[in-house]
Amino acid sequence: MATGLGASGRFSNLFTAPGGSSFTEFLNLTAPELLPGRRPLPPGDHGAIAPHGTTIVAATYTGGVVMGGDRRATQGNMIAQRDIEKVFPTDAYSVAGIAGTAGIAIEMIRLYQVELEHYEKIEGTPLTLDAKANRLSIMIRGNLGAALQGLAVVPLFAGYDLDAIDPAKAGRIFGFDVTGGCWEDRGYSSVGSGSVFAKSALKKLWKPGLDETGAVRVLVESLYDAADDDSATGGPDLIRKLYPILTVVDAEGVRRLTDDEVGAVVAEVIADRTANPGV
Amino acid sequence: MAMQFYASPEQLMRDRSEFARKGIARGRSVVVLSYAGGVLFVAENTSNALHKVSEIYDRIGFAAVGKYNEFEALRQGGVRYADLRGYSYDRRDVTARGLVNAFAQQLGAIFGEQSKPFEVEVCVAQVGAEAAADELYRLTYDGSVSDEPGFVAMGGQSEAIASTLRERHDTELDLRATLKIAVDALASIGGENGNPRTISAAQLEVAVLDRTRPGRAFRRLIGAALEGLLASETTSGDAESEASSEAAESAGDTDSAESSDS
Repeated sequence: MATGLGASGRFSNLFTAPGGSSFTEFLNLTAPELLPGRRPLPPGDHGAIAPHGTTIVAATYTGGVVMGGDRRATQGNMIAQRDIEKVFPTDAYSVAGIAGTAGIAIEMIRLYQVELEHYEKIEGTPLTLDAKANRLSIMIRGNLGAALQGLAVVPLFAGYDLDAIDPAKAGRIFGFDVTGGCWEDRGYSSVGSGSVFAKSALKKLWKPGLDETGAVRVLVESLYDAADDDSATGGPDLIRKLYPILTVVDAEGVRRLTDDEVGAVVAEVIADRTANPGV
Repeated sequence: MAMQFYASPEQLMRDRSEFARKGIARGRSVVVLSYAGGVLFVAENTSNALHKVSEIYDRIGFAAVGKYNEFEALRQGGVRYADLRGYSYDRRDVTARGLVNAFAQQLGAIFGEQSKPFEVEVCVAQVGAEAAADELYRLTYDGSVSDEPGFVAMGGQSEAIASTLRERHDTELDLRATLKIAVDALASIGGENGNPRTISAAQLEVAVLDRTRPGRAFRRLIGAALEGLLASETTSGDAESEASSEAAESAGDTDSAESSDS
């Protein structure tokens, strides 16, 4: 039963057992069918069955971190969706962006959001930023079987470290590989099909000591470059007013920039590129 | 061979009730009140780590009195219930009423089947779009539930506290005024010769379910923020200007909540 309660409407012993503060472990005991990565797949490569999310970028600045994602989902050589959202707040001080099989990635992030909130409520205190990154890495590891059959999920994780000694450097970014490997990226990072181009742009444009506006501008530029050279990454869609999603995390928490704010930055970048498009 | 003494079911239940009531009355009180901006929880609790008031879900809060390990087990079960339900259906499908039903079954079963009942009293509150839509449920040790209009007082000399609240409580009031009423009510009992006590910020655990906030409405009021709210009206001019700026702020919040919903 999806609510886990028995016919009597009472809590089973699992509900009142002391100690457990992981929602995933609780779900594993009460409703394992709701866990991602538990479905047996027939042999073969299934990468083409569902849409893929593409490029995610992130950059730190003095006092925080920004994460951005384009809006395109592709299935093979077709555009599956023009306005997909791939950057999600995962709790009050962290965000995750997803590249890979969109359905599985969104399910994983949804579980991850509950995991963080559940721990915070049960324990009365949130996880540290490093522990949050570690929990996400464990979830990716659980998906390895599906990943080897083409249904890979590779997120990018960023957050504001409330325990940081220097608040200027509290914005941090964590990258992952498909096996669950987790490492911290200094300054900026990117995942997804357009990440090669986005990273090259970030390498030239990002510098220490940027402010929020500077970091946002750098990310929009990098997504523009990724869309320029990678067919699976969508550029800003001026006709439909679909702009990249950009989410800022600072001491105040997570804040998604409005379409008007992002639209203004996009307009600046396009004006500059019109003057100098490159060849 | 030991004699089997007969005790009537009435006697058994009376004994258990008396036992549970005594246990609950020994502790300090908690009050929960609806006010203009949401639902306010105020507990007399000197511990910073062991909470009597906590978050269950987006719009749902929990307050309890009695034995800590017993209400903590209920609270954890409640969080697990809410998160499981929200994950398998949708966040909007988690309601205080559903949670209260599960709590009532749990407490009722323990009261009826086990020799020692839970010595707890629990309030589950769900904040609505306006004070009239707030839901305040009070659960007692035997699993009975009552739907309380506007305010709940539990534990200690809760009857005396409730009578103070009954006189002064008004859902139209702002946070500062409502907090004052709650603290006055808690302080009205337990003083020497029947005089009111003074309760400092350090002795209180205070939290609100803020109705203007989208998503997770639960917020603890601690440290300077709490002391600022408790500061008496010696600086009434400041208090008024703060109250009006707070009103303006929450009006702004409402706008942003609406725009993000639409």
